[in-house]
Amino acid sequence: MMTNSNDFPTGPLARYLLQIADDQLIMGHRNSEWTGLGPILEEDIAFSSVAQDQVGHALAFYEFLQKECGADDPDQTAFNRPENRMLCNGLVEQPIGDYAFSLARHWCYDHAIRLRYESLSGIPNPVLQSLAVKLQGEVKYHTFHADTWMKSLLQGSEESRLRMISAIKEVWPLALGMFESWVGEDDLLNEMGPNGHPWYPGEAALRLQWQEHALQSLQGWGVDVDQGALSKLEPVLGGRQGFHTEHLAPLLDEMTAVFRLDPQAEW
Amino acid sequence: MYGGGYVPVGAEEPKAAIENPELLAQFEARIARGEKIEPRDWMPAAYRKQLIRMIEQHAHSEIIGSLPEGTWITRAPGFRRKLALMAKVQDEVGHAQLLYSAAETLGKSREDMINDLINGKSKYSNVFNYPAETWADVAVIGFLIDAAAIVNQVANSKGSYGPYCRALERICYEESFHLKQGHSVFVWLATGTSMQRDMLQQALNRWWEPIMHFFGPSDKMSQHTETLMRWKVKMATNDVMRQQFLNMYVPKIWELGLSLPDPQLRKDESTGQWLFTEPNWDTFFKVINGDGPCNRERLAVRKVAEERGAWVRAALSRADARYVTPLA
Repeated sequence: MMTNSNDFPTGPLARYLLQIADDQLIMGHRNSEWTGLGPILEEDIAFSSVAQDQVGHALAFYEFLQKECGADDPDQTAFNRPENRMLCNGLVEQPIGDYAFSLARHWCYDHAIRLRYESLSGIPNPVLQSLAVKLQGEVKYHTFHADTWMKSLLQGSEESRLRMISAIKEVWPLALGMFESWVGEDDLLNEMGPNGHPWYPGEAALRLQWQEHALQSLQGWGVDVDQGALSKLEPVLGGRQGFHTEHLAPLLDEMTAVFRLDPQAEW
Repeated sequence: MYGGGYVPVGAEEPKAAIENPELLAQFEARIARGEKIEPRDWMPAAYRKQLIRMIEQHAHSEIIGSLPEGTWITRAPGFRRKLALMAKVQDEVGHAQLLYSAAETLGKSREDMINDLINGKSKYSNVFNYPAETWADVAVIGFLIDAAAIVNQVANSKGSYGPYCRALERICYEESFHLKQGHSVFVWLATGTSMQRDMLQQALNRWWEPIMHFFGPSDKMSQHTETLMRWKVKMATNDVMRQQFLNMYVPKIWELGLSLPDPQLRKDESTGQWLFTEPNWDTFFKVINGDGPCNRERLAVRKVAEERGAWVRAALSRADARYVTPLA
């Protein structure tokens, strides 16, 4: 009989890490779908590298959750959990769409992850602290890659500029959903880092930091941003509570198709 | 990975006779001494033409080859397999990039090569025109097709054209990791549950004929390749490579208690040669001429990818232009 991985880690830190891990797993899974289909070979390769890092980061957090928080082993946690127990956000769940959409998402997403890792590197737990520092070194290349392409295509041809702007508009409400508040968030807010300051600023503060940086970048690339119109866009929420967009269930069905043939078998 | 380098039926023996005899003699003497030919060196037109065709086919095989395995990245069971398969297929795309660059040194652009792939003018390895139906197909492709490709590529890496040889040396190094990845998946399934083992046996049965086709038709049926072998464009005959492959890998398959769907398959200890039932070569020619199970699908996917990416490539070619359009 198939059993689902229901041994959930409890406590706010475990939940926060699970959210990051689920985001990275699903984002990496989506980015890997570009393999063989990119607009140029170099981008197939780049998206695959980013995807491998992301799935690798997810694994690192699931391993931490197993060792330190009593979670199941990473394969069970990732490949044998029902949809309503996944905590990823709606942005990462979306299909790859066209290259403009995937690039705009990659840019929004990796800058958000950069901010999360920056804050996580101030955590008192030395294992997590050094993990965050290590992973930050990889995300640096992701944001560099995303920024380079965003700039090139926003300043490329009129068509590429229009396509990118339309993709940014499409991505924006989903990107805001990355910062959905979650149960237990307030408990983490009061946790002090080794320097005597709270290490986790909370989702609202992360969102402000992210948005300020994103808007500054867009202006630097010559995009005339209508902040009023952007601020009226409603964030896509629900992921952090286990309510997902219609795209997650088919993704999980596909991702676990072989694993579910026999979850106890070794593959 | 790659299979090919075979001279297509209908190809003519290169006409070395039309070249300047003095230059041709110097060229052939250099190759005989084991020197490499570099892009700016003099070379016979037929040498250039055959190398472009061969390297281009190889590059196409890498990008088309990423499709059947690529569809399993999203279904790979567990982190170890998922991460390894992502890295493996990424390598294959990287090989295409290396090979297109090597072919470009001979004067044909990447765009022209990819256009010729899409319009069906240039070929790629037949083996990628078959479907990868189950996870066990990933094991068979990763272990046996990659192994066959290594036999072919190690031979070609000792050829005469410098840029191709250097690309192949790097490719072979990476392929040896792919072989380990494929072998690991293969052994895990072979020694797993009865469901896993059945899955593997069925995949092996499906892939045996394409694997036997991999090195191309028997030397008895092939075109004359003396000049290409003298010029070190082709390094070993189809039969020699097929025998090498059988000798290295059939025992490994049998050791795992799996069978191969050819009752005649055995090694003749007196000659050291493997005996086997000739695969159906009509099927081989049918597939190479576009009528295999997945030819249309593979080219259609590649075509859509090219068309959908056209605006990106167009934008890159004029990165100095600036436009201001309001957002939101």
